[in-house]
Amino acid sequence: MAFTLYSLIQTAILCINAVAVLHEERFLSKFGWGVDQGVGGFGDDPGVKAQILTLIRSVRTVMRVPLIIVNAACIVLLLLFG
Amino acid sequence: MDYTATQSGFRQQPDMRLRNSSVDGTDGSQLFEDTSAAASGSQTGNQQAGLQAAGFPSLSDPMSNLAMAYGSSLASQGREMVDKNLDRFIPISKLKYYFAVDTVYVGKKLGLLVFPYMHENWEVSYQQDTPVAPRFDVNAPDLYIPAMGFITYILVAGLALGTQNKFSPELLGVQASSALVWLIMEVLAVLLSLYLVTVNTDLTTIDLLAFSGYKYVGMIVGVVAGLLFGKPAYYLSLLWCCAAIFVFMIRTLRLKLLSEAAAEGRLVRGARNQLRMYLTMSIAAAQPIFMYWLTYHLIR
Repeated sequence: MAFTLYSLIQTAILCINAVAVLHEERFLSKFGWGVDQGVGGFGDDPGVKAQILTLIRSVRTVMRVPLIIVNAACIVLLLLFG
Repeated sequence: MDYTATQSGFRQQPDMRLRNSSVDGTDGSQLFEDTSAAASGSQTGNQQAGLQAAGFPSLSDPMSNLAMAYGSSLASQGREMVDKNLDRFIPISKLKYYFAVDTVYVGKKLGLLVFPYMHENWEVSYQQDTPVAPRFDVNAPDLYIPAMGFITYILVAGLALGTQNKFSPELLGVQASSALVWLIMEVLAVLLSLYLVTVNTDLTTIDLLAFSGYKYVGMIVGVVAGLLFGKPAYYLSLLWCCAAIFVFMIRTLRLKLLSEAAAEGRLVRGARNQLRMYLTMSIAAAQPIFMYWLTYHLIR
């Protein structure tokens, strides 16, 4: 139960990595969560599912490059300092 | 001709002066008194005397004079840059609003946190679109009580662990980071759920931080009661504080999250309103759970 800020950073990196590896065609479409199945109407009530899909897609688009950098840094640091 | 020229030039200056002073005046009376001018003046005087006493090369030498002037201008430039960049990440001016409290407000708010059942008007009053400073309105959220509550909780946790003969100075740091991590995770979870349910609200992140920090008051009351009077007192006071925080959060969040009709108590059908109601209830219900989770290991 002894959480540290370092474990929070670790959790955040792992979670964002998990969201980033969800592939649209191979995986999400099988659940009906693909790119074309999300945004239905343009009314003022997107619904929870559409919000989740938008969030996943935006995380994948925005975080792709920073994740490469952060993961590379993590690998190097873990190799050096264990 | 000469008289009219000087008159028009003269007329421009008083206008500019009025505009500046009015901005400063309302800011100062709203939040804090401006004591910085007097303090900084005395500080620079002390600095110069200190430098001369430290045995610097004599100030009559023009080169060192120039160097000192350049150095001080560089330092002030650096300070401006730091201030500007810091303001981009941490909105310092917005933070000042949350610390504009006084003793009466703190007393009333603590009373509200422990006994919210008699309070009737939970709305935050506004003043021309900006919320009024906490000093003038009991319902406004502040960051003073959560910050002080957090620090007091860590100290009380250290005390409680000491009575169990488990104390060591590192443990204080562990408790502090643990509680901080739980707080950050709770605020992130609330932000995520607010995004998913697409609630149009004017709750800022700092507001959510303030609301999540109010539970430390109940935790401190519970732990202190448990230390003084034993385990039954701990459970009783924790139960009382949990119920109080539950009611406090529901009554405060109801006005911010739910639509107008639902907030007044009328039953409004519709999936979205139901979702919002569930969201409010779950945020309020998470508080007692955290309160118990963070304190049960302190009273054995």
